[in-house]
Amino acid sequence: MSVAGRVAAGSSARTGDRPFQLLLAVMAAAVPLIIGAVLVALIAAASPAIQRFGVGFFVTSTWDPVAEEFGVLPFIYGTLVSSALALLIAVPLGLGVAIFLAELVPGWLRAPITFFVELLAAIPSVVIGLWGIFVLVPWVRTTLEPLLKSTLGFLPLFSGPPLGIGMLTAGLILAAMVVPFIVAVSTEVMRAVPRAQREGALALGATMWETTRTAVLPYARSGIIGAIFLALARALGETMAVTMVIGNVPQIKASLFAPAYTIPAVIANEFTEATSDLYVAALIYAGLVLFIVTVAVNALARLLVSRVARGPAQIRE
Amino acid sequence: MQRRYLVRRWKNRVMAGVTFLCTLAVLTPLFLILAFLASTGLSALNWDFFTKLPGAAGEPGGGMANAIVGTLVLITLAGVIGIPIGVLGGTFLSEYPNTRLSHTARFAADVMNGIPSIVMGLFAYVLIVLPMHHFSALSGGVALGIMLIPTVMRTTEEIVRLVPQSVREASLALGIPIWKTTLRVVIPTAAAGIVTGIMVGLARIAGETAPLLFTAFGNRFWNRDILQPIAALPLQIFAYAISPFDDWHRQAWAGALVLVTIVLIVNITARYAAGRQVKLR
Repeated sequence: MSVAGRVAAGSSARTGDRPFQLLLAVMAAAVPLIIGAVLVALIAAASPAIQRFGVGFFVTSTWDPVAEEFGVLPFIYGTLVSSALALLIAVPLGLGVAIFLAELVPGWLRAPITFFVELLAAIPSVVIGLWGIFVLVPWVRTTLEPLLKSTLGFLPLFSGPPLGIGMLTAGLILAAMVVPFIVAVSTEVMRAVPRAQREGALALGATMWETTRTAVLPYARSGIIGAIFLALARALGETMAVTMVIGNVPQIKASLFAPAYTIPAVIANEFTEATSDLYVAALIYAGLVLFIVTVAVNALARLLVSRVARGPAQIRE
Repeated sequence: MQRRYLVRRWKNRVMAGVTFLCTLAVLTPLFLILAFLASTGLSALNWDFFTKLPGAAGEPGGGMANAIVGTLVLITLAGVIGIPIGVLGGTFLSEYPNTRLSHTARFAADVMNGIPSIVMGLFAYVLIVLPMHHFSALSGGVALGIMLIPTVMRTTEEIVRLVPQSVREASLALGIPIWKTTLRVVIPTAAAGIVTGIMVGLARIAGETAPLLFTAFGNRFWNRDILQPIAALPLQIFAYAISPFDDWHRQAWAGALVLVTIVLIVNITARYAAGRQVKLR
Protein backbone atom coordinates (compact mmCIF):
# COMPACT_ATOMS: atom_id res chain seq x y z
CA MET A 1 0.00 0.00 0.00
CA SER A 2 1.24 3.49 -0.81
CA VAL A 3 1.78 6.20 1.76
CA ALA A 4 -1.53 7.71 0.78
CA GLY A 5 -3.33 4.46 1.49
CA ARG A 6 -1.69 3.97 4.87
CA VAL A 7 -2.56 7.46 6.04
CA ALA A 8 -6.11 7.03 4.90
CA ALA A 9 -6.61 3.95 7.05
CA GLY A 10 -6.17 5.79 10.35
CA SER A 11 -7.87 9.13 9.73
CA SER A 12 -11.35 10.27 10.53
CA ALA A 13 -11.14 14.01 9.84
CA ARG A 14 -10.25 13.43 6.23
CA THR A 15 -13.79 12.82 5.13
CA GLY A 16 -13.03 13.62 1.49
CA ASP A 17 -10.49 10.86 1.10
CA ARG A 18 -12.72 7.81 0.87
CA PRO A 19 -15.08 9.30 -1.72
CA PHE A 20 -12.09 10.56 -3.69
CA GLN A 21 -10.44 7.15 -3.71
CA LEU A 22 -13.75 5.68 -4.79
CA LEU A 23 -14.02 8.19 -7.63
CA LEU A 24 -10.55 7.29 -8.90
CA ALA A 25 -11.35 3.60 -8.57
CA VAL A 26 -14.54 3.99 -10.59
CA MET A 27 -12.62 5.75 -13.36
CA ALA A 28 -10.02 2.98 -13.43
CA ALA A 29 -12.76 0.36 -13.40
CA ALA A 30 -14.33 2.04 -16.44
CA VAL A 31 -11.92 0.32 -18.80
CA PRO A 32 -12.72 -3.32 -17.98
CA LEU A 33 -16.39 -2.32 -17.72
CA ILE A 34 -16.32 -0.81 -21.21
CA ILE A 35 -14.80 -3.98 -22.65
CA GLY A 36 -17.60 -5.95 -20.99
CA ALA A 37 -20.19 -3.48 -22.27
CA VAL A 38 -18.87 -3.77 -25.84
CA LEU A 39 -19.25 -7.55 -25.62
CA VAL A 40 -22.80 -7.35 -24.27
CA ALA A 41 -23.89 -4.63 -26.73
CA LEU A 42 -22.51 -6.46 -29.75
CA ILE A 43 -24.04 -9.79 -28.72
CA ALA A 44 -27.41 -8.12 -28.17
CA ALA A 45 -27.30 -6.28 -31.51
CA ALA A 46 -26.09 -9.34 -33.39
CA SER A 47 -28.55 -11.75 -31.83
CA PRO A 48 -30.96 -11.93 -34.81
CA ALA A 49 -28.07 -13.06 -36.99
CA ILE A 50 -26.65 -15.35 -34.31
CA GLN A 51 -30.01 -17.09 -33.93
CA ARG A 52 -30.57 -17.34 -37.66
CA PHE A 53 -27.13 -18.48 -38.86
CA GLY A 54 -25.39 -19.84 -35.76
CA VAL A 55 -21.99 -21.39 -36.35
CA GLY A 56 -22.79 -21.94 -40.02
CA PHE A 57 -22.06 -18.20 -40.42
CA PHE A 58 -18.33 -18.98 -40.41
CA VAL A 59 -18.32 -21.79 -42.99
CA THR A 60 -20.76 -20.37 -45.54
CA SER A 61 -19.56 -18.37 -48.55
CA THR A 62 -22.87 -16.85 -49.59
CA TRP A 63 -23.12 -13.10 -48.98
CA ASP A 64 -26.42 -12.14 -50.50
CA PRO A 65 -28.16 -9.15 -48.90
CA VAL A 66 -31.11 -9.45 -51.26
CA ALA A 67 -31.91 -13.04 -50.28
CA GLU A 68 -30.75 -12.28 -46.68
CA GLU A 69 -28.30 -15.15 -46.74
CA PHE A 70 -25.09 -14.29 -44.92
CA GLY A 71 -21.88 -16.27 -44.48
CA VAL A 72 -18.48 -14.76 -43.77
CA LEU A 73 -16.08 -17.47 -44.92
CA PRO A 74 -14.55 -15.36 -47.76
CA PHE A 75 -14.12 -12.43 -45.35
CA ILE A 76 -12.45 -14.61 -42.74
CA TYR A 77 -10.20 -16.01 -45.45
CA GLY A 78 -9.32 -12.52 -46.68
CA THR A 79 -8.64 -11.27 -43.16
CA LEU A 80 -6.44 -14.23 -42.23
CA VAL A 81 -4.47 -14.39 -45.48
CA SER A 82 -3.82 -10.65 -45.69
CA SER A 83 -2.70 -10.63 -42.03
CA ALA A 84 -0.50 -13.70 -42.54
CA LEU A 85 1.08 -12.10 -45.59
CA ALA A 86 1.69 -8.92 -43.61
CA LEU A 87 3.37 -10.83 -40.78
CA LEU A 88 5.46 -12.84 -43.24
CA ILE A 89 6.93 -9.56 -44.47
CA ALA A 90 6.86 -7.54 -41.24
CA VAL A 91 8.26 -10.07 -38.74
CA PRO A 92 11.73 -10.60 -40.30
CA LEU A 93 12.05 -6.90 -41.14
CA GLY A 94 10.82 -5.80 -37.73
CA LEU A 95 13.16 -8.17 -35.91
CA GLY A 96 16.04 -6.91 -38.03
CA VAL A 97 15.26 -3.33 -37.01
CA ALA A 98 14.84 -4.36 -33.36
CA ILE A 99 18.25 -6.11 -33.34
CA PHE A 100 19.78 -3.07 -35.01
CA LEU A 101 18.21 -0.73 -32.43
CA ALA A 102 18.85 -2.84 -29.34
CA GLU A 103 22.30 -4.25 -30.13
CA LEU A 104 24.14 -2.50 -32.91
CA VAL A 105 23.07 1.07 -33.48
CA PRO A 106 25.50 3.88 -32.64
CA GLY A 107 24.02 5.97 -29.84
CA TRP A 108 23.38 9.14 -31.85
CA LEU A 109 21.34 7.25 -34.43
CA ARG A 110 19.04 5.46 -32.00
CA ALA A 111 16.73 8.37 -31.12
CA PRO A 112 16.03 9.47 -34.71
CA ILE A 113 15.34 5.92 -35.93
CA THR A 114 13.05 5.22 -32.97
CA PHE A 115 11.26 8.49 -33.69
CA PHE A 116 10.73 7.65 -37.36
CA VAL A 117 9.43 4.18 -36.55
CA GLU A 118 6.98 5.72 -34.07
CA LEU A 119 5.97 8.26 -36.69
CA LEU A 120 5.15 5.48 -39.15
CA ALA A 121 2.75 4.10 -36.53
CA ALA A 122 1.27 7.57 -35.99
CA ILE A 123 0.35 8.21 -39.64
CA PRO A 124 -3.45 7.88 -39.91
CA SER A 125 -4.53 4.78 -41.72
CA VAL A 126 -6.65 6.74 -44.21
CA VAL A 127 -3.51 8.62 -45.29
CA ILE A 128 -1.62 5.38 -45.78
CA GLY A 129 -4.60 4.12 -47.79
CA LEU A 130 -4.56 7.25 -49.93
CA TRP A 131 -0.90 6.69 -50.68
CA GLY A 132 -1.74 3.04 -51.34
CA ILE A 133 -4.36 3.87 -53.96
CA PHE A 134 -2.33 6.41 -55.89
CA VAL A 135 1.25 5.23 -55.47
CA LEU A 136 1.52 1.65 -54.27
CA VAL A 137 -1.26 0.11 -56.38
CA PRO A 138 0.09 1.45 -59.71
CA TRP A 139 3.61 0.32 -58.76
CA VAL A 140 2.41 -3.16 -57.84
CA ARG A 141 0.42 -3.39 -61.08
CA THR A 142 3.15 -2.23 -63.44
CA THR A 143 6.29 -3.44 -61.68
CA LEU A 144 5.96 -5.91 -58.81
CA GLU A 145 3.26 -8.21 -60.13
CA PRO A 146 4.70 -8.55 -63.67
CA LEU A 147 8.08 -9.27 -62.07
CA LEU A 148 6.65 -11.94 -59.76
CA LYS A 149 4.69 -13.40 -62.63
CA SER A 150 7.69 -13.70 -64.94
CA THR A 151 9.88 -15.30 -62.26
CA LEU A 152 7.49 -17.28 -60.05
CA GLY A 153 4.47 -17.38 -62.34
CA PHE A 154 4.39 -21.19 -62.33
CA LEU A 155 3.04 -21.02 -58.75
CA PRO A 156 -0.73 -20.55 -58.48
CA LEU A 157 0.00 -17.83 -55.90
CA PHE A 158 1.34 -15.54 -58.58
CA SER A 159 -1.02 -16.25 -61.43
CA GLY A 160 -3.77 -14.22 -63.05
CA PRO A 161 -3.84 -10.69 -64.41
CA PRO A 162 -1.81 -8.05 -62.51
CA LEU A 163 -4.53 -5.74 -61.21
CA GLY A 164 -2.62 -3.84 -58.55
CA ILE A 165 -5.53 -3.92 -56.15
CA GLY A 166 -5.80 -7.21 -54.30
CA MET A 167 -4.44 -9.42 -51.56
CA LEU A 168 -0.76 -8.76 -52.30
CA THR A 169 -1.06 -4.97 -52.04
CA ALA A 170 -3.16 -5.31 -48.89
CA GLY A 171 -0.46 -7.53 -47.37
CA LEU A 172 2.25 -5.02 -48.25
CA ILE A 173 0.40 -2.06 -46.82
CA LEU A 174 -0.54 -3.98 -43.66
CA ALA A 175 3.10 -4.97 -43.24
CA ALA A 176 4.13 -1.31 -43.25
CA MET A 177 1.41 -0.54 -40.70
CA VAL A 178 2.16 -3.30 -38.18
CA VAL A 179 5.94 -3.30 -38.39
CA PRO A 180 6.29 -0.38 -35.91
CA PHE A 181 4.56 -2.47 -33.24
CA ILE A 182 6.93 -5.39 -33.78
CA VAL A 183 9.93 -3.06 -33.66
CA ALA A 184 8.79 -1.16 -30.56
CA VAL A 185 7.91 -4.19 -28.42
CA SER A 186 10.81 -6.39 -29.59
CA THR A 187 13.32 -3.62 -28.96
CA GLU A 188 11.87 -3.11 -25.51
CA VAL A 189 12.08 -6.79 -24.53
CA MET A 190 15.56 -7.12 -26.00
CA ARG A 191 16.71 -4.15 -23.95
CA ALA A 192 15.22 -5.87 -20.89
CA VAL A 193 17.69 -8.73 -21.32
CA PRO A 194 20.26 -8.33 -18.52
CA ARG A 195 23.73 -7.10 -19.47
CA ALA A 196 25.31 -10.09 -17.76
CA GLN A 197 23.65 -12.32 -20.32
CA ARG A 198 25.40 -10.52 -23.16
CA GLU A 199 28.69 -10.14 -21.33
CA GLY A 200 28.74 -13.86 -20.60
CA ALA A 201 28.52 -14.67 -24.28
CA LEU A 202 31.03 -11.98 -25.25
CA ALA A 203 33.47 -13.25 -22.62
CA LEU A 204 33.32 -16.68 -24.23
CA GLY A 205 34.53 -15.08 -27.44
CA ALA A 206 31.22 -14.79 -29.25
CA THR A 207 30.86 -12.13 -31.92
CA MET A 208 28.13 -9.52 -31.62
CA TRP A 209 25.84 -11.51 -33.90
CA GLU A 210 26.50 -14.78 -32.03
CA THR A 211 25.73 -13.02 -28.76
CA THR A 212 22.45 -11.75 -30.16
CA ARG A 213 21.50 -15.14 -31.56
CA THR A 214 22.50 -17.31 -28.62
CA ALA A 215 22.10 -15.04 -25.58
CA VAL A 216 19.66 -12.25 -26.38
CA LEU A 217 17.05 -13.71 -28.73
CA PRO A 218 16.32 -16.90 -26.73
CA TYR A 219 15.94 -14.83 -23.56
CA ALA A 220 13.58 -12.38 -25.24
CA ARG A 221 11.73 -15.06 -27.16
CA SER A 222 8.35 -14.99 -25.45
CA GLY A 223 8.34 -11.20 -25.58
CA ILE A 224 9.09 -11.28 -29.30
CA ILE A 225 6.25 -13.76 -29.82
CA GLY A 226 4.08 -11.34 -27.85
CA ALA A 227 5.14 -8.55 -30.19
CA ILE A 228 4.11 -10.67 -33.16
CA PHE A 229 0.70 -11.38 -31.64
CA LEU A 230 0.25 -7.67 -30.99
CA ALA A 231 0.99 -6.96 -34.63
CA LEU A 232 -1.36 -9.78 -35.65
CA ALA A 233 -4.23 -8.18 -33.73
CA ARG A 234 -3.52 -4.87 -35.45
CA ALA A 235 -3.46 -6.50 -38.86
CA LEU A 236 -6.71 -8.38 -38.26
CA GLY A 237 -8.57 -5.22 -37.30
CA GLU A 238 -7.03 -2.69 -39.69
CA THR A 239 -9.82 -1.19 -41.73
CA MET A 240 -9.31 1.88 -43.88
CA ALA A 241 -6.02 1.25 -45.66
CA VAL A 242 -7.01 -2.35 -46.42
CA THR A 243 -10.45 -1.35 -47.71
CA MET A 244 -8.83 1.11 -50.07
CA VAL A 245 -6.45 -1.37 -51.75
CA ILE A 246 -7.80 -4.91 -51.40
CA GLY A 247 -10.49 -4.64 -54.09
CA ASN A 248 -13.44 -5.62 -51.89
CA VAL A 249 -14.59 -8.78 -53.69
CA PRO A 250 -15.74 -11.60 -51.40
CA GLN A 251 -13.98 -14.53 -53.02
CA ILE A 252 -11.48 -17.23 -52.16
CA LYS A 253 -8.78 -17.34 -54.83
CA ALA A 254 -5.40 -19.01 -54.67
CA SER A 255 -3.74 -16.10 -56.45
CA LEU A 256 -2.42 -13.22 -54.35
CA PHE A 257 -3.06 -10.93 -57.33
CA ALA A 258 -6.82 -11.44 -57.00
CA PRO A 259 -9.02 -8.96 -55.13
CA ALA A 260 -10.33 -10.11 -51.76
CA TYR A 261 -12.34 -8.74 -48.84
CA THR A 262 -11.84 -8.61 -45.06
CA ILE A 263 -14.20 -8.46 -42.09
CA PRO A 264 -13.36 -4.85 -41.10
CA ALA A 265 -13.58 -3.79 -44.75
CA VAL A 266 -17.04 -5.26 -45.27
CA ILE A 267 -18.30 -3.57 -42.10
CA ALA A 268 -16.83 -0.25 -43.22
CA ASN A 269 -18.27 -0.47 -46.73
CA GLU A 270 -21.68 -1.95 -46.22
CA PHE A 271 -22.83 -0.89 -42.76
CA THR A 272 -24.45 2.39 -43.74
CA GLU A 273 -26.02 0.76 -46.77
CA ALA A 274 -27.43 -2.20 -44.86
CA THR A 275 -31.15 -1.90 -45.41
CA SER A 276 -32.64 -4.72 -43.36
CA ASP A 277 -32.29 -5.45 -39.65
CA LEU A 278 -30.87 -8.89 -40.39
CA TYR A 279 -28.22 -7.37 -42.68
CA VAL A 280 -27.12 -4.98 -39.91
CA ALA A 281 -27.16 -7.83 -37.38
CA ALA A 282 -25.01 -9.98 -39.67
CA LEU A 283 -22.42 -7.21 -39.98
CA ILE A 284 -22.41 -6.71 -36.21
CA TYR A 285 -22.04 -10.49 -35.79
CA ALA A 286 -18.93 -10.28 -37.98
CA GLY A 287 -17.71 -7.37 -35.83
CA LEU A 288 -18.36 -9.40 -32.68
CA VAL A 289 -16.14 -12.20 -33.98
CA LEU A 290 -13.42 -9.68 -34.80
CA PHE A 291 -13.74 -8.20 -31.30
CA ILE A 292 -13.46 -11.56 -29.52
CA VAL A 293 -10.51 -12.70 -31.63
CA THR A 294 -8.56 -9.44 -31.24
CA VAL A 295 -9.18 -9.28 -27.48
CA ALA A 296 -7.93 -12.85 -27.11
CA VAL A 297 -4.85 -12.24 -29.27
CA ASN A 298 -4.05 -9.00 -27.44
CA ALA A 299 -4.46 -10.58 -24.01
CA LEU A 300 -2.13 -13.40 -25.01
CA ALA A 301 0.37 -10.89 -26.37
CA ARG A 302 0.40 -8.85 -23.15
CA LEU A 303 0.89 -11.94 -21.01
CA LEU A 304 3.85 -13.03 -23.15
CA VAL A 305 5.45 -9.57 -23.07
CA SER A 306 5.03 -9.14 -19.32
CA ARG A 307 6.68 -12.53 -18.79
CA VAL A 308 9.94 -11.17 -20.18
CA ALA A 309 9.62 -7.85 -18.37
CA ARG A 310 9.23 -9.63 -15.02
CA GLY A 311 12.65 -11.21 -15.34
CA PRO A 312 14.48 -14.50 -15.48
CA ALA A 313 12.69 -16.34 -12.67
CA GLN A 314 9.57 -16.44 -14.79
CA ILE A 315 11.21 -17.96 -17.84
CA ARG A 316 11.56 -21.68 -18.03
CA GLU A 317 13.07 -23.28 -21.08
CA MET B 1 41.20 -22.15 -36.81
CA GLN B 2 42.15 -18.87 -38.42
CA ARG B 3 39.80 -19.57 -41.32
CA ARG B 4 36.91 -20.35 -39.01
CA TYR B 5 37.47 -17.10 -37.18
CA LEU B 6 37.37 -15.14 -40.41
CA VAL B 7 34.12 -16.82 -41.40
CA ARG B 8 32.56 -15.90 -38.06
CA ARG B 9 33.73 -12.33 -38.36
CA TRP B 10 32.41 -12.13 -41.90
CA LYS B 11 29.05 -13.49 -40.76
CA ASN B 12 28.92 -10.88 -38.01
CA ARG B 13 29.47 -8.10 -40.52
CA VAL B 14 26.90 -9.48 -42.94
CA MET B 15 24.22 -9.76 -40.26
CA ALA B 16 24.92 -6.23 -39.06
CA GLY B 17 24.48 -5.10 -42.66
CA VAL B 18 21.26 -7.08 -43.00
CA THR B 19 19.72 -5.45 -39.91
CA PHE B 20 20.70 -2.05 -41.26
CA LEU B 21 19.03 -2.86 -44.58
CA CYS B 22 15.90 -3.95 -42.67
CA THR B 23 15.85 -0.54 -41.00
CA LEU B 24 16.11 1.20 -44.36
CA ALA B 25 13.35 -1.01 -45.78
CA VAL B 26 11.00 -0.26 -42.88
CA LEU B 27 11.57 3.48 -43.05
CA THR B 28 11.26 3.68 -46.85
CA PRO B 29 7.43 3.68 -46.91
CA LEU B 30 7.40 6.47 -44.31
CA PHE B 31 9.69 8.69 -46.36
CA LEU B 32 7.81 7.87 -49.57
CA ILE B 33 4.49 8.79 -47.93
CA LEU B 34 5.88 12.04 -46.53
CA ALA B 35 7.48 12.91 -49.88
CA PHE B 36 4.25 12.33 -51.82
CA LEU B 37 2.25 14.25 -49.23
CA ALA B 38 4.60 17.21 -49.47
CA SER B 39 4.76 17.26 -53.27
CA THR B 40 1.10 16.53 -54.08
CA GLY B 41 -0.57 17.98 -51.00
CA LEU B 42 1.23 21.31 -50.99
CA SER B 43 0.26 22.12 -54.56
CA ALA B 44 -3.40 21.36 -53.77
CA LEU B 45 -3.45 23.43 -50.62
CA ASN B 46 -4.88 26.93 -50.89
CA TRP B 47 -6.89 29.41 -48.90
CA ASP B 48 -10.21 28.00 -50.19
CA PHE B 49 -9.35 24.66 -48.68
CA PHE B 50 -9.56 26.14 -45.18
CA THR B 51 -12.48 28.50 -45.72
CA LYS B 52 -14.93 26.95 -48.19
CA LEU B 53 -17.50 24.19 -48.08
CA PRO B 54 -17.05 21.19 -50.40
CA GLY B 55 -18.03 21.92 -54.00
CA ALA B 56 -20.61 20.03 -56.02
CA ALA B 57 -19.61 16.54 -57.13
CA GLY B 58 -17.09 16.65 -59.96
CA GLU B 59 -16.76 20.42 -60.02
CA PRO B 60 -13.34 21.84 -59.18
CA GLY B 61 -12.99 24.20 -56.23
CA GLY B 62 -14.41 24.17 -52.77
CA GLY B 63 -12.65 23.20 -49.56
CA MET B 64 -12.90 21.28 -46.34
CA ALA B 65 -13.66 24.05 -43.85
CA ASN B 66 -16.60 22.16 -42.38
CA ALA B 67 -14.56 18.97 -42.07
CA ILE B 68 -11.75 20.75 -40.23
CA VAL B 69 -14.22 22.29 -37.78
CA GLY B 70 -16.04 18.95 -37.55
CA THR B 71 -12.85 17.17 -36.55
CA LEU B 72 -12.23 19.82 -33.88
CA VAL B 73 -15.77 19.34 -32.54
CA LEU B 74 -15.34 15.55 -32.48
CA ILE B 75 -11.98 15.83 -30.72
CA THR B 76 -13.50 18.16 -28.14
CA LEU B 77 -16.34 15.73 -27.47
CA ALA B 78 -13.87 12.86 -27.25
CA GLY B 79 -11.71 14.86 -24.87
CA VAL B 80 -14.64 15.66 -22.58
CA ILE B 81 -15.26 11.92 -22.23
CA GLY B 82 -11.77 10.50 -22.45
CA ILE B 83 -9.59 12.98 -20.55
CA PRO B 84 -11.27 12.93 -17.08
CA ILE B 85 -11.65 9.16 -17.09
CA GLY B 86 -8.15 8.68 -18.44
CA VAL B 87 -6.42 11.10 -16.07
CA LEU B 88 -8.28 10.10 -12.90
CA GLY B 89 -8.10 6.39 -13.74
CA GLY B 90 -4.39 6.72 -14.51
CA THR B 91 -3.91 8.50 -11.19
CA PHE B 92 -5.58 5.57 -9.45
CA LEU B 93 -3.22 3.13 -11.20
CA SER B 94 -0.25 5.16 -10.02
CA GLU B 95 -1.37 5.97 -6.46
CA TYR B 96 -2.78 2.51 -5.68
CA PRO B 97 -0.50 0.44 -7.90
CA ASN B 98 -0.86 -3.00 -6.39
CA THR B 99 -4.55 -3.39 -5.79
CA ARG B 100 -6.35 -6.06 -7.72
CA LEU B 101 -8.36 -3.38 -9.55
CA SER B 102 -5.13 -1.73 -10.72
CA HIS B 103 -3.83 -4.95 -12.22
CA THR B 104 -7.14 -5.62 -13.93
CA ALA B 105 -7.53 -2.06 -15.23
CA ARG B 106 -3.93 -1.88 -16.46
CA PHE B 107 -4.28 -5.14 -18.34
CA ALA B 108 -7.69 -4.12 -19.70
CA ALA B 109 -6.29 -0.78 -20.90
CA ASP B 110 -3.51 -2.53 -22.80
CA VAL B 111 -5.98 -4.94 -24.35
CA MET B 112 -8.39 -2.13 -25.20
CA ASN B 113 -5.62 -0.28 -27.02
CA GLY B 114 -5.53 -3.15 -29.47
CA ILE B 115 -9.25 -3.46 -30.12
CA PRO B 116 -9.91 -2.50 -33.77
CA SER B 117 -11.26 1.02 -34.09
CA ILE B 118 -14.12 -0.17 -36.28
CA VAL B 119 -15.41 -2.28 -33.37
CA MET B 120 -15.54 0.88 -31.25
CA GLY B 121 -17.60 2.44 -34.04
CA LEU B 122 -20.02 -0.50 -33.88
CA PHE B 123 -20.25 -0.09 -30.10
CA ALA B 124 -21.08 3.62 -30.36
CA TYR B 125 -23.59 2.78 -33.09
CA VAL B 126 -25.40 0.24 -30.91
CA LEU B 127 -25.20 2.50 -27.86
CA ILE B 128 -26.28 5.85 -29.35
CA VAL B 129 -27.19 5.78 -33.04
CA LEU B 130 -29.59 2.85 -32.71
CA PRO B 131 -31.72 4.31 -29.88
CA MET B 132 -31.69 7.79 -31.46
CA HIS B 133 -32.41 6.50 -34.97
CA HIS B 134 -29.92 8.80 -36.66
CA PHE B 135 -26.21 9.44 -37.00
CA SER B 136 -24.74 12.18 -34.83
CA ALA B 137 -21.57 14.02 -33.89
CA LEU B 138 -22.21 12.85 -30.33
CA SER B 139 -21.92 9.16 -31.24
CA GLY B 140 -18.69 9.84 -33.14
CA GLY B 141 -17.32 11.74 -30.15
CA VAL B 142 -18.21 8.87 -27.84
CA ALA B 143 -16.47 6.33 -30.10
CA LEU B 144 -13.31 8.46 -30.20
CA GLY B 145 -13.55 9.30 -26.49
CA ILE B 146 -13.59 5.64 -25.54
CA MET B 147 -10.57 5.05 -27.73
CA LEU B 148 -8.78 7.92 -26.01
CA ILE B 149 -9.17 6.47 -22.49
CA PRO B 150 -6.52 3.72 -22.49
CA THR B 151 -3.82 5.92 -24.05
CA VAL B 152 -4.36 8.76 -21.60
CA MET B 153 -4.69 6.38 -18.65
CA ARG B 154 -1.42 4.58 -19.28
CA THR B 155 0.63 7.71 -19.98
CA THR B 156 -0.85 9.47 -16.94
CA GLU B 157 0.02 6.48 -14.79
CA GLU B 158 3.62 6.50 -15.95
CA ILE B 159 4.04 10.24 -15.47
CA VAL B 160 2.30 10.47 -12.07
CA ARG B 161 4.43 7.58 -10.83
CA LEU B 162 7.51 9.71 -11.51
CA VAL B 163 6.41 12.32 -8.96
CA PRO B 164 8.76 11.78 -6.00
CA GLN B 165 7.20 10.21 -2.91
CA SER B 166 8.71 13.02 -0.79
CA VAL B 167 6.43 15.54 -2.51
CA ARG B 168 3.36 13.60 -1.40
CA GLU B 169 4.74 13.16 2.12
CA ALA B 170 5.54 16.88 2.45
CA SER B 171 1.96 17.75 1.59
CA LEU B 172 0.46 15.12 3.89
CA ALA B 173 2.77 16.25 6.73
CA LEU B 174 1.20 19.71 6.47
CA GLY B 175 -2.13 18.08 7.25
CA ILE B 176 -3.49 18.35 3.76
CA PRO B 177 -5.93 15.53 3.02
CA ILE B 178 -5.05 12.94 0.41
CA TRP B 179 -7.62 14.05 -2.14
CA LYS B 180 -6.29 17.60 -2.02
CA THR B 181 -2.70 16.38 -2.12
CA THR B 182 -3.44 14.35 -5.23
CA LEU B 183 -5.42 17.04 -7.01
CA ARG B 184 -3.42 20.11 -5.99
CA VAL B 185 0.10 18.77 -5.55
CA VAL B 186 0.67 15.47 -7.32
CA ILE B 187 -1.26 16.06 -10.54
CA PRO B 188 0.01 19.65 -11.06
CA THR B 189 3.58 18.41 -10.58
CA ALA B 190 3.02 15.91 -13.35
CA ALA B 191 0.87 18.26 -15.45
CA ALA B 192 3.31 18.85 -18.31
CA GLY B 193 3.70 15.13 -18.91
CA ILE B 194 -0.02 14.46 -18.60
CA VAL B 195 -0.82 17.18 -21.14
CA THR B 196 1.77 15.75 -23.51
CA GLY B 197 0.15 12.33 -23.23
CA ILE B 198 -3.28 13.84 -23.88
CA MET B 199 -1.99 15.68 -26.95
CA VAL B 200 -0.50 12.50 -28.42
CA GLY B 201 -3.74 10.65 -27.72
CA LEU B 202 -5.83 13.39 -29.36
CA ALA B 203 -3.56 13.47 -32.40
CA ARG B 204 -4.04 9.73 -32.75
CA ILE B 205 -7.83 9.81 -32.65
CA ALA B 206 -7.94 12.89 -34.90
CA GLY B 207 -6.87 10.66 -37.77
CA GLU B 208 -9.32 7.85 -37.05
CA THR B 209 -11.76 7.15 -39.84
CA ALA B 210 -13.30 3.74 -39.27
CA PRO B 211 -15.17 4.53 -36.02
CA LEU B 212 -16.77 7.61 -37.63
CA LEU B 213 -18.18 5.93 -40.75
CA PHE B 214 -21.47 5.02 -39.12
CA THR B 215 -21.48 7.39 -36.15
CA ALA B 216 -20.50 10.94 -37.19
CA PHE B 217 -21.28 9.82 -40.76
CA GLY B 218 -20.00 12.95 -42.50
CA ASN B 219 -21.82 16.01 -43.75
CA ARG B 220 -21.32 18.22 -46.77
CA PHE B 221 -22.57 21.30 -44.94
CA TRP B 222 -22.05 23.16 -41.71
CA ASN B 223 -23.52 21.57 -38.62
CA ARG B 224 -23.78 23.18 -35.20
CA ASP B 225 -25.97 20.51 -33.59
CA ILE B 226 -24.08 17.67 -31.98
CA LEU B 227 -27.13 15.45 -32.39
CA GLN B 228 -26.83 15.68 -36.18
CA PRO B 229 -24.26 14.12 -38.53
CA ILE B 230 -21.04 16.08 -38.79
CA ALA B 231 -18.13 16.20 -41.24
CA ALA B 232 -14.66 15.05 -40.28
CA LEU B 233 -11.35 15.47 -42.04
CA PRO B 234 -10.47 11.74 -42.24
CA LEU B 235 -13.97 10.89 -43.53
CA GLN B 236 -13.67 13.55 -46.19
CA ILE B 237 -10.23 12.30 -47.23
CA PHE B 238 -11.62 8.78 -47.55
CA ALA B 239 -14.67 9.86 -49.55
CA TYR B 240 -12.55 11.97 -51.90
CA ALA B 241 -9.84 9.34 -52.30
CA ILE B 242 -12.28 6.71 -53.59
CA SER B 243 -14.19 9.24 -55.76
CA PRO B 244 -13.60 9.33 -59.54
CA PHE B 245 -12.74 13.06 -59.69
CA ASP B 246 -9.21 14.39 -60.11
CA ASP B 247 -9.87 17.58 -58.22
CA TRP B 248 -11.21 15.63 -55.26
CA HIS B 249 -8.11 13.44 -55.33
CA ARG B 250 -5.99 16.57 -55.05
CA GLN B 251 -8.08 17.81 -52.14
CA ALA B 252 -7.73 14.42 -50.46
CA TRP B 253 -3.95 14.86 -50.62
CA ALA B 254 -4.30 18.36 -49.22
CA GLY B 255 -6.45 17.05 -46.36
CA ALA B 256 -3.96 14.27 -45.69
CA LEU B 257 -1.14 16.80 -45.59
CA VAL B 258 -3.02 18.89 -43.00
CA LEU B 259 -3.74 15.80 -40.89
CA VAL B 260 -0.18 14.49 -41.00
CA THR B 261 1.24 17.95 -40.29
CA ILE B 262 -0.83 18.08 -37.09
CA VAL B 263 0.34 14.58 -36.12
CA LEU B 264 3.95 15.54 -36.86
CA ILE B 265 3.85 18.76 -34.85
CA VAL B 266 2.24 17.08 -31.85
CA ASN B 267 4.69 14.18 -31.87
CA ILE B 268 7.74 16.39 -32.21
CA THR B 269 6.48 18.70 -29.45
CA ALA B 270 5.77 15.70 -27.24
CA ARG B 271 9.26 14.35 -27.84
CA TYR B 272 10.80 17.72 -27.01
CA ALA B 273 8.63 18.10 -23.88
CA ALA B 274 9.42 14.57 -22.72
CA GLY B 275 13.12 15.23 -23.22
CA ARG B 276 12.91 18.39 -21.15
CA GLN B 277 11.04 16.69 -18.35
CA VAL B 278 13.75 14.04 -18.07
CA LYS B 279 16.45 16.72 -17.92
CA LEU B 280 14.65 18.60 -15.15
CA ARG B 281 14.66 15.57 -12.90
